[in-house]
Amino acid sequence: MAATLGMLVTERLVRLAPVDLAIVVFYFVLVLGIGFYLKRFAKTGEDFFMAGREMTAWVAGLAFVSANLGSLELLGWAGSAYQYGILAAHWYWIGAIPAMIFLGLVMMPFYYISKTHSVPGYLQLRYGTAASGLSAVTFAIMTILMSGVNMYAMAVVMKVVLGWDLNFSIFVSSITVAIYVAAGGLFSAIFNEVLQFFLIWFGALLIPILGLMETGGWQGMVARIQHNFPGQDFTHMWSNLGHFKDNPMGMHWTGIVFGLAMVQSMGYWTTDFLVVQRVLSAKDIRSAKLAPVIGAFFKMAVPVIVILPGLLGLALLPMHLYPASDLQAGQFSYNEVLPLMLARYCGPGLLGLGITALVAGFMAGMAGNVSAFATVWTYDLYRPFIRKNAPDRHYVSMGRWCTLIGVFVSIGTAYLAMGFASIMDYVQALFGFFIAPLFGTVLLGMMWKRVTRAAGFWGLLAGTISSITMFLLMHGKSSERWVALFALSPDAKGLAQDMYQSLWSCVTCVVVTLLVTVVTKPRPDAELKGLVYSLTEVAHEDRVRLLHRPVFWGGVAMALLAVLQIIFW
Amino acid sequence: MSEKSEIIPVWFFVGVLFLVYGILIFASGLAEWSHPPATVLANLHAPVWWGGLLIVLGAVYCGTFRPGRNKT
Repeated sequence: MAATLGMLVTERLVRLAPVDLAIVVFYFVLVLGIGFYLKRFAKTGEDFFMAGREMTAWVAGLAFVSANLGSLELLGWAGSAYQYGILAAHWYWIGAIPAMIFLGLVMMPFYYISKTHSVPGYLQLRYGTAASGLSAVTFAIMTILMSGVNMYAMAVVMKVVLGWDLNFSIFVSSITVAIYVAAGGLFSAIFNEVLQFFLIWFGALLIPILGLMETGGWQGMVARIQHNFPGQDFTHMWSNLGHFKDNPMGMHWTGIVFGLAMVQSMGYWTTDFLVVQRVLSAKDIRSAKLAPVIGAFFKMAVPVIVILPGLLGLALLPMHLYPASDLQAGQFSYNEVLPLMLARYCGPGLLGLGITALVAGFMAGMAGNVSAFATVWTYDLYRPFIRKNAPDRHYVSMGRWCTLIGVFVSIGTAYLAMGFASIMDYVQALFGFFIAPLFGTVLLGMMWKRVTRAAGFWGLLAGTISSITMFLLMHGKSSERWVALFALSPDAKGLAQDMYQSLWSCVTCVVVTLLVTVVTKPRPDAELKGLVYSLTEVAHEDRVRLLHRPVFWGGVAMALLAVLQIIFW
Repeated sequence: MSEKSEIIPVWFFVGVLFLVYGILIFASGLAEWSHPPATVLANLHAPVWWGGLLIVLGAVYCGTFRPGRNKT
């Protein structure tokens, strides 16, 4: 029965109507047109890499969220919602909102006042070349691998929904991204990210609307899930986190609070240059502070189009989905839940819109990766280590070439992602390697002037090495013993292991940084002005109206977050 | 730098996208009104009202942020 239905669905999906093709083609024409239109405005390095630092808070805020809203997010987290239930929403709420508010209100002033062009650029100013170079290299590796993961997610959509050849869809989408980012730089990437943000919302929003109509609302959906999966809890966020065995994720609340909320999400949203670059393009410091706060409200709403379709899949799909690694003929994987729900409700026209939304998600994610990669390579690796003092024009040209090369290299990494049971497990592992220790290094550097150059470098290196070591131990022979040690229980599953891996790597980074600081000589205060909390004059907002203050809206976002936690407790 | 003030606002492009997609989806919905596709809840004619919504939003964005009005 399931196999027959699967074949029917697949057969129907591969037939795109002419109107669907027109919608897909128009999107490609429009984004390329925008890229070529903006090329004339991206003449200097400041224009190409920083979008001239002229973006409003709304544009920067939407691009900030959209750069993260790739096909990986859409497909991977919808699949995670099917696999783990509403627990997956932690990555959108407590695992994102506090970090975004923290970025806007606390960290952004230092990034902005120092006029840095990147996060490694801040490390260069604060800690010197060694820490900056290490961070730039790890970031470059991570962005390329992330692009590969995005491509894999994209290839799955094309395979399931359209039956298109994987290579064809990968190359057409990737080359389009390469052309428009190489032409208009960050200007082009940000414009298209805003466009893609709206497209993703209006392409995917019909699924939860029609899904809830079919189930008779939230209660009806919950009842159907309980009927389909008796004895399993997919619809509570906290009440089943008391023990690793009580929930489908194999997670404990300490992993969510300390690993996800306090380390991993803080690391991602405050130091991953892919997202921070969008905010750095803001036209002034108030816009830079407000942009992540605006983004936080939209981020809070994303579960409607990502998590809810996964839950609706649990309630409505007549077949069960399986891990990609255990798939047999006629079966579908967790990551295909969103396309399957799309096929359930969308006929000609709407199907084209939904497919274009997924393609747009892929392109937004990839554009984010390659534009950030081009900036870090050009400014943090090429300029300090290979060719100093070249004309600005030369660096812009390098950025354009780097964009093209970055796309082609990342195509090669797409296949690395294919052997993993869940796409997200792979990405979370990557975040743990690099992002969690980086957060410790950047935060200590901003908050304590005593931290020395050597301490920054050795702390970051120790944190990264400890993270990779823990990952290898927990995934090698005798893994159970190591999981019980690092993740506090042998019952901890993949995502839980990643959370504790992030937590301990950040702790390692902080401890090593503090120890090295004690035995090394601090930099003079004069060299740290604008880089450290106690030596930086941040403009106060006492005279700004309440409704115009980022801190007010940050408070509103946190209050909304608390309400959501209570509702779905 | 001064020429950047002449950049067409991104919101205008959003409007164009919505308007074109709205027209295509709305027309598609009307064309299939009497013989809807074999999807769940096809009787609700989602393409018609969703396409209509996109047309309205697209028209508002295009009108409000059309080139020459100097909004970014």
